[in-house]
Amino acid sequence: MSWLRKLLPSRIKTDRTTRRSVPEGVWSKCPGCRAVLYRAELAENLEVCPKCSHHMRLGARARLARFLDEVPRNELGMGTQPVDHLRFKDSKRYKDRLVQTQKKTGEDDALVVIAGAVRGLPVVACAFEFEFMGGSMGSVVGERFVMGVDHAIGARCGLVSFAASGGARMQEGIISLMQMAKTSAALGRMRSERLPYISVLTDPTTGGVSASLAMLGDIIIAEPGALIGFAGPRVIEQTVRQTLPEGFQRSEFLLKHGNIDMIMDRRHMRDRISGLIATLEGRSRTA
Amino acid sequence: MARNYLEFEQPLAELDIKIEAMRAAMEGGDAGAAVEINRLEQRARELTQAIYLSLSPWQIAQVARHPQRPYTLDYVLRLFTDFEELHGDRAFADDPAIVAGIGRFNGTSVAVLGHQKGRDVRERLHRNYGMPRPEGYRKALRVMRLAERFRMPVLTFIDTPGAYPGIDAEERGQSEAIARNLEVMSQLRVPIISTVIGEGGSGGALAIGVADRVIMLEFSTYSVISPEGCASILWKSSSKAAEAAEAMGITASRLVELGVADCVVKEPPGGAHRDADAVAVAVAAELRLRLAELRQLDESTLLSRRQSRLRSFGYFQ
Repeated sequence: MSWLRKLLPSRIKTDRTTRRSVPEGVWSKCPGCRAVLYRAELAENLEVCPKCSHHMRLGARARLARFLDEVPRNELGMGTQPVDHLRFKDSKRYKDRLVQTQKKTGEDDALVVIAGAVRGLPVVACAFEFEFMGGSMGSVVGERFVMGVDHAIGARCGLVSFAASGGARMQEGIISLMQMAKTSAALGRMRSERLPYISVLTDPTTGGVSASLAMLGDIIIAEPGALIGFAGPRVIEQTVRQTLPEGFQRSEFLLKHGNIDMIMDRRHMRDRISGLIATLEGRSRTA
Repeated sequence: MARNYLEFEQPLAELDIKIEAMRAAMEGGDAGAAVEINRLEQRARELTQAIYLSLSPWQIAQVARHPQRPYTLDYVLRLFTDFEELHGDRAFADDPAIVAGIGRFNGTSVAVLGHQKGRDVRERLHRNYGMPRPEGYRKALRVMRLAERFRMPVLTFIDTPGAYPGIDAEERGQSEAIARNLEVMSQLRVPIISTVIGEGGSGGALAIGVADRVIMLEFSTYSVISPEGCASILWKSSSKAAEAAEAMGITASRLVELGVADCVVKEPPGGAHRDADAVAVAVAAELRLRLAELRQLDESTLLSRRQSRLRSFGYFQ
């Protein structure tokens, strides 16, 4: 096929991505069991395959919309916008990359923070948008996260974070590394205040986000089958020059090695996480 | 020991060969050689100065990794008295990639932590090239808590390519070990000063680098990812490391501009590896000054300033 593709003039070639995107509006194939699924039903089921329970990626806003009660909802940090302080340029300017990504995702950076409630229990919840430059943590992500912590301390409520990130945002250089210290320091204050912080690790959670806010939860929960680790599997493979063990750096592997508290089905999170917070706070569950 | 020359030091290497040849000639009875040696040495000094005055960020990264650069233990030897190394994380193992201990700095009791690279092949393997595993960070944490209990300032020395990306490190929770240090250091109730003496490689460096003052040596670097790593991801080719080094801003002067480092300690002409004693004296002077400043603060002022320092990192609108 490849020699034929080379022969064909470019405008006759069918772009594979567009060809696939046509039915994608209505139908989707589960990467776990290959079942063909009705998109609307899949969205309704929180992007979890109804046949095999494979957890697909779920956008930040959709996740929070389904996790939190419908009222109250108060989004934090909307006034905080990214800037290209280093005037970073690789094949593209960071500035242009930001605009492009903002257009694609409808978000202005990779973290959405909402003060609200889960089953009547006040919480601040935040979620990483992986589609926004791999959920990478730069200045805005760090600042919004800390605003979430500050709000939780002010309101004396818990914090829930849903991580989905490749790590620090290289385009912001050393300042992105410092977001690890900034967010961890904020969580230290939260700890001193004896307020619960639940960290949920979703696919993927690696690098600087994993090695800071994600692994500091009072309770650490992972979604099934999520890739979680400090270094990416490719980097490890290149360093140690041996094949990685089966299931390496997946949620089940972390549970076995004592790195997380539990694996939880996304569809049970509203119920079980609100239960965990209520127990930690010694409150009764009302709603 | 024979000197290692970096690529951009080649003109110097050639000069040194000539000087050696002249020395041999002098010993062979060439009377005019002494004058010529003097002339060449003067020229070598000027050339060294000239080369080191205009290093690019990528060249600085190579100096920071120079195999003869002074490592943590070279400073420990010169800066501290009564030093005793402490080993192990009390849970799994002792990690030779991080050294920890207690001792005296100008009479003051202090805790010392630092990444440690190896000089020869055997030691490099033993030290894992200065790339710590979780137990290294947990040893550091244990010694920091010890320092807190006995009210000893913590002095850390940063010099690592990064935390070790290995199977065992992942199994034992590399991410958690780093994260925990960041959190605990942000609240440790004694002064912390971090000095970047070589490579400040990402989270692996920061895990002992959350501090009240950050000092950088003139030719040290500190970055979110190695220039090669950044280049291979963003430029899809590690050969673009020089561009990546430029773009990320990894040098001491740039980090001071960005507010991440507080000051730069000048290195001897031609870099720290040419005179470890001189650079140790300069580091000691800066540490003395910064420590005196910090020890004047009461505990709550120290902590609230550290918190606001950490809170202030970030550029947005």
